Amino acid sequence: MLKFISQRVLMAVPVLLLVSLFTFLLLDLLPGDAAVAIAGENATEEQIALTRERLGLDSPFLERFWNWVSSAAQGDLGTSLYTGQSVTEAIGERLPVTASLGLVALLMAVVVAIPLGAIAATRPGSLADRVVISATSLAMAVPPFVLGLVLVVVFAIQLQFLPATGYTAIAEEGLWGWLSHLILPAIAVAGIMAAELARQTRGALLDALSQSYVRTAKARGLRPPTVVGKHALKNAATPIVTVLALQIGHVLGAAVTVEFVFAIPGFGSLAVNAVNLRDVPLIQGVVFVSALVVLAANLLADVVYGYLNPKLRV
Amino acid sequence: MSTDGVTGAATDDGVAGDGDVIREPATPVPGTRAGRPRRARRFGRSRAMRELRRNRGVMVAVVFLFFLLVIAVLAPVVSPYDPDAQELRAQLQGPTGEHLLGTDGFGRDVLSRLIHSSRITLLAVVQALAVAVVLGIPIGLLSGFVPWVDRIVARVADALLSVPPIVLALAVVGVLGPGLTNAMLALGIVMAPSLFRLARSSAATASKELYIEACRSVGCSRWRLIWRHVLPNASSPLLVQVTFFAGVIILAEASLSFLGLGVQPPDSSWGSMLRDAFANIYEAPGHLVAPALMIMLTILAFAQLGDGLRDAFEGRGADGR
Repeated sequence: MLKFISQRVLMAVPVLLLVSLFTFLLLDLLPGDAAVAIAGENATEEQIALTRERLGLDSPFLERFWNWVSSAAQGDLGTSLYTGQSVTEAIGERLPVTASLGLVALLMAVVVAIPLGAIAATRPGSLADRVVISATSLAMAVPPFVLGLVLVVVFAIQLQFLPATGYTAIAEEGLWGWLSHLILPAIAVAGIMAAELARQTRGALLDALSQSYVRTAKARGLRPPTVVGKHALKNAATPIVTVLALQIGHVLGAAVTVEFVFAIPGFGSLAVNAVNLRDVPLIQGVVFVSALVVLAANLLADVVYGYLNPKLRV
Repeated sequence: MSTDGVTGAATDDGVAGDGDVIREPATPVPGTRAGRPRRARRFGRSRAMRELRRNRGVMVAVVFLFFLLVIAVLAPVVSPYDPDAQELRAQLQGPTGEHLLGTDGFGRDVLSRLIHSSRITLLAVVQALAVAVVLGIPIGLLSGFVPWVDRIVARVADALLSVPPIVLALAVVGVLGPGLTNAMLALGIVMAPSLFRLARSSAATASKELYIEACRSVGCSRWRLIWRHVLPNASSPLLVQVTFFAGVIILAEASLSFLGLGVQPPDSSWGSMLRDAFANIYEAPGHLVAPALMIMLTILAFAQLGDGLRDAFEGRGADGR
């Protein structure tokens, strides 16, 4: 198992190197002279020279790239052009917020989607099945921020159940304060995820239920819930886990707009701020860290695969 | 296994894996209309077309999208007002006889803006899809045949796929500056790897087929092989994927414009209309409805069309799988 994991980690390294090359190239994508673009149109010669030095734009490309990669490997992603804060620090402050949003959303999606998928798969063609299929197609057409806007209007403005904006850490206002700010945005993020997950569960479970061991289990007189839960679902778990891992990237993507709607100071709003200010080092850091998170999620999925399916451990 | 969905990432692997499953029947089916022998080659298509026409959801989607296209093309003719004309005495009105969908925060007619926005949204879809197709498909087909191209490009595709589309699009917009064309260029680049993978797997499967070998042995050039023989065989899964992507692009365009990073004022898209409505969410929450509905319906229509196309190409009926 350890060999399997280390193999997967090694496979992720070249991809990560390429991602860092892309993120690094972003700086060179700036139209015209990067230093002029970053220092601003009205900058003096001195300011431009200073910016150029600060970004290391004097040195040859490969040297700059090497410097960036080696400092990134040590956890140093440069400093923000506007706040002067270290990029790693800025992202480190924001990432836990998005992580808790993502966690609550994932939990919601799993709790709703897997039973729905299971209900649909055990009665293919029934009314329940058709309702689940239509509901998931419909849910997949709702962009997270649109769902967020609807939730704000209904629950925060009309009914005034839950706060419409902001975020409080558990340490500040306790569990409920934390959760109450997260419920609506988490639903917004969870919508598409739940739909995707329900469909995947249904498909995988349908495949598993057509296997002969399920017939055997039924023939032995096991109760249907036991057959589905203990035998079929376990074998259907692999594709479900894949989709779950893929959803981590979705959380980051959805967080960008949903955090904007709910004014949550997370990773997504950091990204939007960085883009609005054209804070290139921060943008580079954001792209790099999101790739890191996605790759880590894929790695986790691979490991869980290996755990679930010993045949893959070669 | 069917991996359906509008969200980019999840679709990629599933459909790429399906590449070798979806193939048109090689043997002609009896019943070709007499007197039109040239149609025989396209018979596989017409079977798919028949299946499509039977699918009610798909037909509704097609009609909707066609309607949208007509509205978009005829926008200046059909919209009741100039979309940018401000009537400052009539701000944030609800629906009235004069303004069927009311007026926005600047007193502009919402219906007219909605109509003109559909133009920009469809233009955005065309732009991003063009970039994705031009980048993804030729390179993908080529790397199915040429191993050394494959080794390089497949890594690049892996790397691009590991960044969430919106984040990468944000980054490119952040560097090149806000604007719809920049945003769509970025999005096209982000979508290209999935098409690349799909084209590659189709080409790799095809390259082992007998007819390709036969073709090669009579001296076809590599380009002729790829364009005349492999591409037509790979076209159905690619078409399905492109249809799904249209929905993904609309979602991404709406997101970016909602954040103020896509289309720039005074132009508007449904996303930027939502941004305007969001600014007045306490005074006039009703203004969210029309643009949100248009975004959702269009995404839904493309998803339905994609599902229908896939089912039709795979030759299965509406058995719910």
